[in-house]
Amino acid sequence: MFENLSSRLDRAFKVLKGQGKISEINVAETVKEIRKALIDADVNFKIAKQFTDTVKEKALGANVLTSVTPGQLMVKIVSDELTALLGGTTEEINLNGSPSIILMAGLQGSGKTTHSAKLANYLTKKGKTVMLAACDVYRPAAIAQLKVLGEQLNVPVYANENSKNPVDIAKEALKAAKDAGSKVLIIDTAGRLSIDEEMMKEIGDIKQAIQPQEILFVVDAMTGQDAVNTAKAFNDVLDFTGVILTKLDGDTRGGAALSIKSVVNKPIKFMGMGEKMEALDVFHPDRMAQRILGMGDIVSLVEKAQSVFDEQEAEKLQKKLLKDQFTFEDFYTQIQQIKKMGNLKDLMGMIPGVGKSIKDLDISDDAFKGIEAIINSMTPTERKNPDLINGSRRKRIATGSGTDIQQVNQLLKQFDEMRKMMKSIGKLQGAGRSLRGMPFAK
Amino acid sequence: MGIFSFFSKEKKEKLDQGLEKTKSSLLGKISKALIGKSQVDDDFLDELEEILVTSDVGIETTLKIIERLQSRVSTDKYLGSGELNTILKDEIAKLLDENKADIPGDFENLNGHFPYVVMVVGVNGVGKTTTIGKMAYQYKKAGKKVVLGAADTFRAAAVDQLKIWGSRNDVHVVAHGMNTDPASVAFDAIQYGVQNNADVVIIDTAGRLHNKVGLMNELGKIKRVMSKVKPDAPHEILLVLDASTGQNAFEQARQFVAATEVNALALTKLDGTAKGGVVLGIADQFKIPVKYIGVGEGIEDLQLFNKAEFVDSLFKN
Repeated sequence: MFENLSSRLDRAFKVLKGQGKISEINVAETVKEIRKALIDADVNFKIAKQFTDTVKEKALGANVLTSVTPGQLMVKIVSDELTALLGGTTEEINLNGSPSIILMAGLQGSGKTTHSAKLANYLTKKGKTVMLAACDVYRPAAIAQLKVLGEQLNVPVYANENSKNPVDIAKEALKAAKDAGSKVLIIDTAGRLSIDEEMMKEIGDIKQAIQPQEILFVVDAMTGQDAVNTAKAFNDVLDFTGVILTKLDGDTRGGAALSIKSVVNKPIKFMGMGEKMEALDVFHPDRMAQRILGMGDIVSLVEKAQSVFDEQEAEKLQKKLLKDQFTFEDFYTQIQQIKKMGNLKDLMGMIPGVGKSIKDLDISDDAFKGIEAIINSMTPTERKNPDLINGSRRKRIATGSGTDIQQVNQLLKQFDEMRKMMKSIGKLQGAGRSLRGMPFAK
Repeated sequence: MGIFSFFSKEKKEKLDQGLEKTKSSLLGKISKALIGKSQVDDDFLDELEEILVTSDVGIETTLKIIERLQSRVSTDKYLGSGELNTILKDEIAKLLDENKADIPGDFENLNGHFPYVVMVVGVNGVGKTTTIGKMAYQYKKAGKKVVLGAADTFRAAAVDQLKIWGSRNDVHVVAHGMNTDPASVAFDAIQYGVQNNADVVIIDTAGRLHNKVGLMNELGKIKRVMSKVKPDAPHEILLVLDASTGQNAFEQARQFVAATEVNALALTKLDGTAKGGVVLGIADQFKIPVKYIGVGEGIEDLQLFNKAEFVDSLFKN
């Protein structure tokens, strides 16, 4: 359903081939495509409109170099703007308090309890002594859930099953944290709708009673157009200090991030990337921008790679990608290493140009078997120079690997797409442009 | 439609109330866009597009509605805002009409299945367990014997949560505790249902993101294991969607349908957002009927979805 913005823009710019400058006339169609892509990514309609107006202004009169297509230039402008809008730099959590109090707030099902625990884990690993407080007295077994998580993490949980008053529980918890000498107190609260006045007043009262240093608005990355209203309503009551964006391990583009940031102008501090307690990452605006645009995330890929094998290896790969010397041999090695890294589809999705083509594929652990067989059936020369592979060679490879020509063709095409994408990025860099926000920017 | 106590005044008020926000944004905006207009022009269509898109209807369905509206207007000759409202209402109702439903439309009729087995699926945090608690209440009220199966053995305290709903409704919950095999819980729950002459067995499953292949395959396994007790079970695979979800809801629907042959939808948290729109988009794209809507936190705040009333509520002045 979603189409990569780059390919959309390339199509929109077909008419423009040979023109040297982006002008009022030729930019109109593109701007429309960008807006559509943003809306598909759940960016709020109005914000998408404002955003594309800004992009249009920036783009007008920009010189198009011969080495890049106007589409690529446009993508770069959009990506830069988006990164700037999402916050530019990463913001750390404020722990100036004794104890520092972190209040969690959000809609039902956004992941407050899970992320209270993840945050506790994150801070414990940083050497802080943490206490959790269970103030969700409404949802059945919410307190039990926090207790179980606390036990798993070996973090104390303050709960009072006899009380139905979250404000009192929060106060008691603060006292308990002080007595225990905890450095950080994380307060989990019940999910509430932003239009529920009574419940909104309650969380306002909790804030008043305990004066937290951080109030984190926990929001599901899959939220649609309404993200704007919800964020605004919570901010009006709480004046929150930051945002945790959850469930980003799904395939949502997460346009809500942009909407929220634009409306309340509060930093997104963390992102939840999975169900494990370790799956909490510091927010990276540039990666989010690329995700919203559907551009893949080569930086994360390289980083994941680094965590599995040594830095030299990763650097070598990065250089090869840049110099357009990426061969099937490298691809094969990559597959072997990727297989060690976990969920294949997530990883593949990070490779620019690949994400879309694998979207509907059911990738299981032996998903690479066919690809491996095809590569194994190539001669070493063919692996180094995929351009050599003509019709008869394809036939031989297909027979050798027990696949058919269509599969061989598909692999070659995907490989080619990947290389093209990398090549154009290399060129952009060659043209001496700022690469902030682009893949490979380091 | 003969739906049990559905047209009672109290319920209708709740629906109107729950949809208040949807209504004020959809109808209010359309009326505003029409002020001073004597014909449907590009400006109006642009505005209508914005209205529908900001209600999460989705680009494709929005364009479809607009196209239909345009062709209707050119043949029917648009006269005033009253007529336009009627035409729009008509087109929106048609989108919902195109669903083919082969599941029972209320809590009384179980299509002759005994027990009637429901498997509830969805991504994390959409409200599966809560919806099951509310469903159990309604089935019980309709005089059915209900058994719940706690096959969400993954999320901390999920089994406890379902057990609390079980005791509130006074229905039996089959559970093996946390981190046990969900398929075996489902198997035992259905077997317990068969042995104890239950009318309805509802199986809760762990929330899972639709792009996790392993977890999606697990659903397939749970489903296969169910059919070992009763070959045609589960009879209803209910996908629960959060109404505040944006365009990703389409992807969720697509993936869950592919993995488990979803044949009914529940749309939760409809009381909190301006998002009646997602119903239109999903109904249009997947032709799966919306069976339930969740319009509040109370145990009785789950309603059978009624197209006519829903569309009426959207357009009521």
